[in-house]
Amino acid sequence: MSTNPWVWVAAFLTLAIYSFLYKDNPVYRFAEHIFMGVSVGYGLVLFWYNSVIPRLWEPLVKGTEPTRFFLLIPILIGALTFSLFVPRYSWLVKYTLAFVVGASAGLSIPLSFETNIFEQVRSTILTRQMLSGWGMVSNLIMFIGVIVTLAYFYFSMEHKGVIGKTARIGRIYIMIAFGASFGYTVMARVSLLIGRMQFLLHDWLGIIK
Amino acid sequence: MWEKLLRLDRRWIFVLVALSVLIPLLRPLGLPMRTTEPVLNLYTYIDTLKPHDKAVILVTDFDPSTMPELLPMAEAIMRHCFARKIPLILYGGMYPTFVGMAKMALSRVLPDFPDVKYGEDYVFLGYIPGTSLIILSMGESISKTFGNDYYGNKLDSLPLMQRVKNYDQVALVIDLSGSGTPVWWIIYGYQRYGVRVGCGTTAVSAAQYYPYLQTGQFVGMLGGLKGAAEYETLIERAGIPPGRKTASIGMDAQSIVHLMLIFLIILGNIGYFIVRRKR
Repeated sequence: MSTNPWVWVAAFLTLAIYSFLYKDNPVYRFAEHIFMGVSVGYGLVLFWYNSVIPRLWEPLVKGTEPTRFFLLIPILIGALTFSLFVPRYSWLVKYTLAFVVGASAGLSIPLSFETNIFEQVRSTILTRQMLSGWGMVSNLIMFIGVIVTLAYFYFSMEHKGVIGKTARIGRIYIMIAFGASFGYTVMARVSLLIGRMQFLLHDWLGIIK
Repeated sequence: MWEKLLRLDRRWIFVLVALSVLIPLLRPLGLPMRTTEPVLNLYTYIDTLKPHDKAVILVTDFDPSTMPELLPMAEAIMRHCFARKIPLILYGGMYPTFVGMAKMALSRVLPDFPDVKYGEDYVFLGYIPGTSLIILSMGESISKTFGNDYYGNKLDSLPLMQRVKNYDQVALVIDLSGSGTPVWWIIYGYQRYGVRVGCGTTAVSAAQYYPYLQTGQFVGMLGGLKGAAEYETLIERAGIPPGRKTASIGMDAQSIVHLMLIFLIILGNIGYFIVRRKR
């Protein structure tokens, strides 16, 4: 059994959180509030000492280069966010948003197109190489899947006749994708439980190696 | 009887799940496990890199909420790089709370590799704000982007960072993430600078990353606890000390819970149809 008091604290909080599975109770609430407080406090302190102090405060106050005053521009743009608290000047936040949205869109749109559309379309186009060997079956399944799923999301024609039948197959493909996603989700949640159980049995109680 | 079953208090299912996890952990069954292609591809890519040549950047983009799945991946990949003498740049992630995970993985792996030297064989980069902009900036200069390492040393003063200026000297970036950050590495790292990217992800996110694997934008992928367990097995087979193998230990429990859930889903559906017919 562990002699580290922090392991005991962690074990108590783990059991307190799992006690919710029986029913809501004050011990669970206590652990939940501690979690919220510690998470916010921890994040804030790390952000303050890793970002604000070394990246803004120290260069501005202790720095000697004249270019350090350029830092005032992002500080000003960021500070405009707080205008939200004064209804009369809340419109100033639009400048911050315009800057963030403009820069993000400019940076990501061309490269996102390449990653999420062009590359995906390129590898969906069937080539002679893709239609040979055992890979042919999976490549055909994928090719058909893309076509029929896109047909399902084509709303400019009524889903009747050929379009209707194709869209119905598309729906089956979507259901299979949901099933795979659900399976993976179950696996992830169980993994978290296994992680906590290992902590309790190994780190805390020392029952397993 | 079926109506009773359908109205069963869900807490009985919680008890069953708890027992299905607890018993295999106490009495391991040693169920077989097959190595999948995405894991093997990532392993082979790292395994065939030249020692003391191009670096691998390992990014720990996760916090304690996804630690059981992603921390074993970080440890296994670090062990692989240290054993093969592949220079490692450990980057503590895009958000401030992620750095602790990298630190924890290091503290568990380093005791098994006493000959590994800081600054020559590996470097630890801490948190800086900027998210996707950091990925772009690293393409120009890693030292200028970060300035100092996690311990406060000037990056330019470290021998490894004098060789590794930007992605040109990086063979692979592996992002271990419980969120959407691996796609950022493709968008800003691979598409902009051509650096190869691999990922380790929670099982929840794994399905969304297969399209990137299929298009070859990811070199390989470790998906959830199973991916981590496969990687642990591969490094152990190669004679590399695998540590406690936390992911592999959990796989028996994972399989038993899955079998139980499949049984319960089938049972629930049979019950639903029988009760509906009766009504």
